Amino acid sequence: MCTVCGCSEGQVTVEGGAPHSHGHDHSHSHEGHHHHHDHAEDGTHHYGHGPAHAHAPGLSQARMVQIETDILAKNNEYATANRRHFDEHGMLALNLVSSPGSGKTTLLTETIKALSGDLDMGVIEGDQQTANDAERIRETGAPAVQVNTGKGCHLDGHMVGHALEHLALPDDSVLFIENVGNLVCPAGFDLGEAHKVVILSVTEGEDKPIKYPDMFHASDVMLLTKTDLLPHLDFDVEKCLGYARRVNPKIKTLLVSAKSGEGMEDWLDWIRASREIARLGKRQSETA
Amino acid sequence: MHEMSICESIISVIEQQAVAQSFDKVNMVRLEVGAMAGVELEALRFSFDVVTRGSIADGAKLDVIELPVTGWCMPCARAISVRERYDACPDCGSYQIQITGGEELRIKEMEVD
Repeated sequence: MCTVCGCSEGQVTVEGGAPHSHGHDHSHSHEGHHHHHDHAEDGTHHYGHGPAHAHAPGLSQARMVQIETDILAKNNEYATANRRHFDEHGMLALNLVSSPGSGKTTLLTETIKALSGDLDMGVIEGDQQTANDAERIRETGAPAVQVNTGKGCHLDGHMVGHALEHLALPDDSVLFIENVGNLVCPAGFDLGEAHKVVILSVTEGEDKPIKYPDMFHASDVMLLTKTDLLPHLDFDVEKCLGYARRVNPKIKTLLVSAKSGEGMEDWLDWIRASREIARLGKRQSETA
Repeated sequence: MHEMSICESIISVIEQQAVAQSFDKVNMVRLEVGAMAGVELEALRFSFDVVTRGSIADGAKLDVIELPVTGWCMPCARAISVRERYDACPDCGSYQIQITGGEELRIKEMEVD
C-alpha cells in the first residue's frame, strides 16, 4: 500500500525523498479499490431486489448504456495534472524506458554528475522491489524517490504525482523518471512527461525496435548506450537505427557511452535545450 | 501484465457510471480494442474475471470488438491496411506510413440492470 496515504493499489510503495507535509491538494479517486456498493440505502432504485424478488414476468430490466469511454482516461487525468505542474514550474520531465539491464541507472548517475552545479535535478525510480537504485542516485547528491510497484509492470500517473510531492523540486529543474525495466507496458501509460526516452544498449539485439515497436513508436529519443563495447560485438548500428526510424520516422537517435563519455555531450546538450524549452513555456503562462 | 491494471481501470469507470446512471449490476461489457493497443486479449479476459469478482460486474460477460490497423501511405496518398507498425505499404513498398487507427482502447457500452 502507498505509505503516503494508503490510497493506491495494494502493492505500491513510495520510499524515501524529502520529508513531506501531508497537504494533499489533488483529488483522489481511489481507483483499484473495489467499493462494494450494496445499494441498501433508502432512495436507491430497487426494482426486483426487494425481499420478494418481484420481477415482472417477461420484462427485462436490462438496458444498454453507451459510454464510449477511454479505458486509460483515469491515468490520463493524473498525467494531465502532472503535466500542468511541470508547465507551471518550468520543469522538464523525462520518462526513461528500457529493458532491464540496459544501463539506465549508470547513464543517469553519470548524467547527474555531469550536470550538477548546472541544473537542479531529481529522480523518481520505479522498480518492482528494492530501493537500490534510489540509493545509487542519492550518492550523486540528487534527491531520489523510489517507487516500488510490487506486482505492477509500469509506473502510472498517480504514482508519479505522489512521488513528486515527496521530491519537492524547485522551479526550472529536471525530473528524470526511471520507469520499470520493461519495453512493453510503460508505452501505454502517460506520466505527464515532456518526452519518453528509450534506452537500448548495444549488448541487446539490434532488432529490438521492431520486436517492441510500441515503445519505440511512443518515444521521442532513442539512446543507444554502451557504445564502448561495439568493437567486441557484431552489433549493426545502422541497421538498428534504421529499424527505429521504421517504427518511428521522427525519433531522434543518439549514441552514448556512460563509461567512456563518448557521445555524452550531445545527450547533455539535448537535456539543456529541452529544459530551456520547458522554461520558456513557464514564462509564457506567467505573462498570460 | 498491464492487462490487470487495464481491468482495474475498467472497473473504476464502471463504478463511476453506476453512480451516474443508477445501476447496480453489469451483465456485459463491450470494449473496442485496436490491434495495436498493446493489449493481449487472452490476458485481458483472464484479468477481467479476476478483477470483477465481488464487484458489481461480477460474472459479467466481456465482449471485445477488435479493430484493425489502418494507415495512410504518403507516397501513394491513400488509406491502406497494415498489420504492424513497421510494415511497408502493400502497394509501393514505402515505409513512409502514418498509422491512423488501431490504437483504440475504450469501453463502448454495457448491458446493465
